[in-house]
Amino acid sequence: MSVNLLIPTALRGFTNGQSQLELTGATVKELLSDLAQKHPDIAPHLFDETGAVRSFVNIFVESKNIKNLNGLDTSVNPGQTVTLVPSIAGGRS
Amino acid sequence: MNIADLIGHTPLVSLEPLAAPKGARVFAKAEFLNPSGSVKDRAAKAMIQAGLDLGLYGPDKILIDATSGNTGVAYAMIGAALGRQVTLYMPGNANFERKALIKAYGAKIVDTDPLEGSDGAYTAVKNESEKNPEKYFFPNQYNNPANPLAHYKTTGPEIWEQTEGKITHFINSLGTSGTFVGTARFLKEKNLSVKTYIVQPDSPFHGIEGTKHMASTIKPDIYDLTLVDGEEKVSTNEAIAVAKRLAREVGLLVGVSSGANVAAALRLAKSLDPAATVVTILGDTGARYLSEGIWGDSPES
Repeated sequence: MSVNLLIPTALRGFTNGQSQLELTGATVKELLSDLAQKHPDIAPHLFDETGAVRSFVNIFVESKNIKNLNGLDTSVNPGQTVTLVPSIAGGRS
Repeated sequence: MNIADLIGHTPLVSLEPLAAPKGARVFAKAEFLNPSGSVKDRAAKAMIQAGLDLGLYGPDKILIDATSGNTGVAYAMIGAALGRQVTLYMPGNANFERKALIKAYGAKIVDTDPLEGSDGAYTAVKNESEKNPEKYFFPNQYNNPANPLAHYKTTGPEIWEQTEGKITHFINSLGTSGTFVGTARFLKEKNLSVKTYIVQPDSPFHGIEGTKHMASTIKPDIYDLTLVDGEEKVSTNEAIAVAKRLAREVGLLVGVSSGANVAAALRLAKSLDPAATVVTILGDTGARYLSEGIWGDSPES
């Protein structure tokens, strides 16, 4: 069973219009690696040149922001939902 | 005198300390000095006035619209002065200060899906307004001609006078596009050789609050592509870095979209003749972003 990743509208242009993806990984980091592997064009929009997640990207495991958990090392379990949300609400992103 | 009478007539400040030595002169319109803290006061006032004049905003009607924040704060302030109810549809991830300010003025907020951004808030408010048209006054800031007209009648003429007609380039980011469209239209009518540029986030997924990535979002009806002479792309990191410099080196505590505008204006000015005069907009106050921690805890961050 895989983890469900919800994609904001601003990034659906890089996921063939899909609003959610079934991905695998034991941590948020592994999940995002799986995302970047399956949809390589999305990577520069989420990560900076050093590979760190861009400062305005918030990642939630269920309703909890990973900043308040273990960051990218936060573990995810099959069947859980992970959401990518920009920290701002302008435009469509 | 009403609070809405204090809207506009903002100063034009020099950005000389940040400009390249051999480039054009750069100025910014201090729109964060409007009474609710952003450029949106001008459009909100004009759209409300048009609604009152046309009889669309009767005393028993509730003003509703979609906003990522600043227009909402402006509606809430003017609505309070008029003694009217205001309800705003905002993406759930709109920032803390904007929501707190809107509530402080006594307006209500309806949260919409953060994943859908401003387009989601717009769709939700449009549906609600169509369901109960008799209940609401829906200015519809993305499609209301009074929005760009406010800038055609005030922001444009003020910039023209403040530069004594010497402006050669105007550059600004887009939210509803009202500020850009109205100001650019006026300036080009005064002098056809004035060049008008837009600022765009470098990605559809960005952190430049209130700005629209045009290629990936619903195009506002008021947007006029024929006014666009060129485009400068700015990354979120660059916008934040310049917002920090504005606070620390010029004493201008302004928001991230102002950082984006100034970053783009400085880059444009560097490529121009020293005789050119570039003007951009400082759209909102940086006090509105304190909870986001973008200024960091130390001067190095």
